[in-house]
Amino acid sequence: MSQTILLADIDEPGLATLEVYERRGGYQSMRKALAMEPAAVIAELDASGLRGRGGAGFPAGRKAAFLPKGDLDKYLVCNADESEPGTFKDRELMQKNPHMLIEGIVIAAHAAGASRAFIYVRGEYEAQARILDSALAEALDAGYIGERILGGEFSCSVVLHRGAGAYICGEETGLLDSLEGKRGNPRLKPPFPAVQGLYQGPTLINNVETLSTMPYIIRIGGAEYAKLGVANGAGTKVVSVSGHVQRPGNYEVELGTPSREIIFGLAGGPPEGRRVKLWFPGGSSSPVLTEADLDIPYDFDSLAKAGTMLGSGAIIVVDDSTPVLDVALKLAKFYRHESCGKCTPCREGTSWTVRMLERIASGEATPMDLDIMASVQEHIIGNCLCVLGDAMAMPIGSMIVKFREELESHMEYQQLAGAA
Amino acid sequence: MNRVARFAHGSRVPGWDQAADLDKDPSGVPDPALVEVPPQLRAEIEAAMARYPERRSAALPALAAAQRVHGWCSPEAIEQVACVMRLTPAYLSSVATFYDMFELEPVGRHSVYVCTNISCSLRGADELHAQIAEAAAGDPEINLRSFECLGACDIAPMVSVDHVYYGPLGPGDAQRLVEDLQAGRDPIPELALALRRSADPNANGA
Repeated sequence: MSQTILLADIDEPGLATLEVYERRGGYQSMRKALAMEPAAVIAELDASGLRGRGGAGFPAGRKAAFLPKGDLDKYLVCNADESEPGTFKDRELMQKNPHMLIEGIVIAAHAAGASRAFIYVRGEYEAQARILDSALAEALDAGYIGERILGGEFSCSVVLHRGAGAYICGEETGLLDSLEGKRGNPRLKPPFPAVQGLYQGPTLINNVETLSTMPYIIRIGGAEYAKLGVANGAGTKVVSVSGHVQRPGNYEVELGTPSREIIFGLAGGPPEGRRVKLWFPGGSSSPVLTEADLDIPYDFDSLAKAGTMLGSGAIIVVDDSTPVLDVALKLAKFYRHESCGKCTPCREGTSWTVRMLERIASGEATPMDLDIMASVQEHIIGNCLCVLGDAMAMPIGSMIVKFREELESHMEYQQLAGAA
Repeated sequence: MNRVARFAHGSRVPGWDQAADLDKDPSGVPDPALVEVPPQLRAEIEAAMARYPERRSAALPALAAAQRVHGWCSPEAIEQVACVMRLTPAYLSSVATFYDMFELEPVGRHSVYVCTNISCSLRGADELHAQIAEAAAGDPEINLRSFECLGACDIAPMVSVDHVYYGPLGPGDAQRLVEDLQAGRDPIPELALALRRSADPNANGA
């Protein structure tokens, strides 16, 4: 767990400038990758076992290999629309080490044969966009992006695109529509973006952290990287820890580190005298875990086995001072606000879930409402074009199961108070 | 008991009482001869269009630029963008209404976004929002909004003031933030996110 790759010397003064980044060996991996055949770069990524860090955890090498070969207009899109509640790792990476991302973009674009790359940064990240903008200008001047990179055959332009505030644009097809200048409504899949994405062309979409990891993988080799972490979950992960902990922040750990070590050892655990009541292991969209689950190793498979997911790698800790109803209502209102409205189960389901939770809060609900609410969640999951609805249904569903007693006693209390 | 908020006109649908003029044709792409566009805005939109293989991709940066000039996505702002981009105003309105950062009504000069999503609210963001609202009450220059997760849960509770992040805010900081803004100073400068070092003990070669 002491191995830091992405956060290594992250606060070194001037790291965001080309000069310091190069002094630290920056852009050497890009040189190495550009001297390799694209298929060889993909083979290294495959061998590394790197899985996407944005939320879905799809193997990065396999994703790059999905793009059709040949002389087509292919695109690379870096998803920097970090909006999952609790997640703030990409913000720190872009702000402090933008060139590592740019180097990763060129490596991935070379692997996929993409000649145009876009970085979609969420609109709220103005400081990060400015830093990236000046890093891109430096890289262009140095000949690391643009026409005939390093004087070779490969060309790739990199354009920074700023969003304007919409959670749904973090969903890859919603992001593509937004990048095309439309409302960010998700598209029907298939066709998947690898076949028909941006401007109908084959498109590779990767998260900031995934791309930022690629220079290191090329430097030390895929097989070496795969030794970090656990089987089917190689490498390190930047985990954003927030909520009721004493030292919230980004922590880089090897996958497979016990969750307790992250929440207590690194982030300091809940405030003095408080206990962990529930925690989200992978952003607000992941089904919740409780104090009993703190020893689960933090990796893709272990969390999936526990019925939840690693997601974007954001741990949100809620201590015993907060009613579970408050958490559920906060989340449901968020997803209601962010639902794009395209699919009925999500648009109506998020809205009705909020209303049902408000009934519980005001004391008008009965335990049967919990069953109705649970069935609403079941009817959302898997029935929409994207997983925004599922992202509400999964944690709310898990809260109804795991905290039913608390919710029921809340109803009883409210009704008694109303009668008195 | 009727707990569902309704507008003064009795409906829950905004604009329900604004009748559409059925005799009027929808606006087409504005005639460049009839629309005056500030030269700098035109240049900015054209530069944005040149960055993409398809000019429509510039809709978001163009609307953002127009909002900077006009203060909000006013009908004039949208018409000017439509004129330069050769799109209809209706299309651009449909885009502008989708995204939270486009203002659809006139607002104050200073944007103050308070993140009130889960991680921040666990650390007192709702109270912070109320405190800022109280301190800024009646100041038309302050556009206070409660915002969804701004991606800065490590400095919760936090605010984004004119798109610069600050946090964590403690007692008294809400008042000071508003006073600084009203006096034209940099608000709560020592709480700027840019100054914050990584929390990871291994991050800096320890």
